[in-house]
Amino acid sequence: MSLISRRPGLRVGLLLTPPMLWLGVAYLGALAALLVTSLWAQNDFTGNIERTWTLDNFRDLFTIEVYRTITLRTIGIATLVTVVDALLAFPIALFMAKVASPRYQRLLVIAVLMPLWASYLVKAYAWRGMLSSNGLVESIASPFGLGTPGYGLLATTMTLAYLWLPYMILPIYAGLERLPNSLFEASADLGAGSWTTLRRVVLPMVFPAFVAGSIFTFSLSMGDYIAVKIVGGTSQLLGNVVYDNQGAANNLPFAAAMATIPIVVMLAYLAAARRTGALEQL
Amino acid sequence: MPLVRLPAGLRVSVTVVTLVVLVVIYVPLLLVLLNSFNTDRTFGWPPPGYTTHWWSLAWHSEGARDALFTSVRVALAATAIALVLGTLAAMGLRRTRFFGRNVVSLLIILPIALPGIVTGLAFQNGFRTILGLQLSLWTIVIAHATFCIVTVFNNVQARFARLGGNFEQASMDLGAGPFTTFRLVTLPMLRSALLAGGLLSFGLSFDEIVVTQFTASSTDRTLPIWIFQNLFRPNAAPIVNCVAAALVLFSVIPIYLAQRLSGDAAEAMTGAR
Repeated sequence: MSLISRRPGLRVGLLLTPPMLWLGVAYLGALAALLVTSLWAQNDFTGNIERTWTLDNFRDLFTIEVYRTITLRTIGIATLVTVVDALLAFPIALFMAKVASPRYQRLLVIAVLMPLWASYLVKAYAWRGMLSSNGLVESIASPFGLGTPGYGLLATTMTLAYLWLPYMILPIYAGLERLPNSLFEASADLGAGSWTTLRRVVLPMVFPAFVAGSIFTFSLSMGDYIAVKIVGGTSQLLGNVVYDNQGAANNLPFAAAMATIPIVVMLAYLAAARRTGALEQL
Repeated sequence: MPLVRLPAGLRVSVTVVTLVVLVVIYVPLLLVLLNSFNTDRTFGWPPPGYTTHWWSLAWHSEGARDALFTSVRVALAATAIALVLGTLAAMGLRRTRFFGRNVVSLLIILPIALPGIVTGLAFQNGFRTILGLQLSLWTIVIAHATFCIVTVFNNVQARFARLGGNFEQASMDLGAGPFTTFRLVTLPMLRSALLAGGLLSFGLSFDEIVVTQFTASSTDRTLPIWIFQNLFRPNAAPIVNCVAAALVLFSVIPIYLAQRLSGDAAEAMTGAR
């Protein structure tokens, strides 16, 4: 016991060993095994995995056009969802942090958090109902000569942006709350209009919070295969290819190869995010 | 805290956007609630009539009840593991600067920063192909605990940052050993942070579907899996709506508790995924 108090290094080591065994050995080990599996082959006749080294899966991934299209489409949708969420989240976060009274501030945080606890599936399904040809969107839009976009990529983007919006609002709110109010006044005193203050003072300071939120919105969209099944019609995203290959098609090595794409994209994203200091705000 | 006197134009536009988005956030949830009373099975708008029939069916649905208990069991087990590992990690990284500290933080974030399909497929492949194990409730628990650690870690770390180490130092100076200090000083100091982190972790696991689909055997049905299996069945969809509406209503309780416990809004939300 006294040994632990005298040797801080030993204490840290003992404390960190169990979580590091779990995350560093089990989780990272599983990720490494996934990369190894992506280099294995699939026997077309028996459906068994053959543990022989091959780059065939990656060759298919890069040469078969449909996979490239799906990859680019997935990255495009994830980017679009992130941008839409950032645009919607900023005014709300600003209202919560700097306009609402402390009482309302508390209520608003609850109001933004609550949808996160409602089942993800049911929210996506509610959008399916709203976007259907006899749904709410149609009955609101038809007087204006518009209609529901129907099921497809636009519906998928809308639904995903809806689902992940709280993940963007909360970090930006936390970031704005940390900004001293005097900053706004100083900027106004120095003659800046409200737009200039937002653009030149507030946005640069809360940028890491935007990045922190975008990690969630981007990553969650990148891996989605369920919302797109519910509202996407026949469109496919990267997640569908991974899911179908591990399940119905039973080609685990190819699913593993496909899954390396989001790993590489997210690691690059995290590396870039780290430079902005966003990871401390997660 | 005195509020900023934002210029009137900005104030108004920010308020309007907030109201509109809040309406958009809540309309789908209210629709779920309303549709649970809708006589039309396809949830057409406007509803042709109202009934409580679905609620009575949902109440007596054995599939829903079994799935609910399965989800609670999985979430409790995953949360218990996350509480232990998250607290240990936060204590280990406290007041220490060592090479690899950033690596440890990154490792804790990684399971929620990578998409669920990656984590799910990695565990499925690890369990089945590499280790040759059968998928079971335990494989779900292990995968869930992995991405739940961060919620506990964040809450505990924020509490440490706020309270500092003076109390523990005093306890040690007065002759208490590290374990006594942990039991009598550190743990009571962390209690509400652990509860808030635990609640978030429970909620995260309870609603998770992607990682769950990859790590569950064909007979394990958590509530999200049950919902997904029944969502497209015309006969079951109204029951699913009732279950969902009930979940939305009950979700107020954990959020309220987490808010109260952590006191700090920013702290209550960390890792809310």
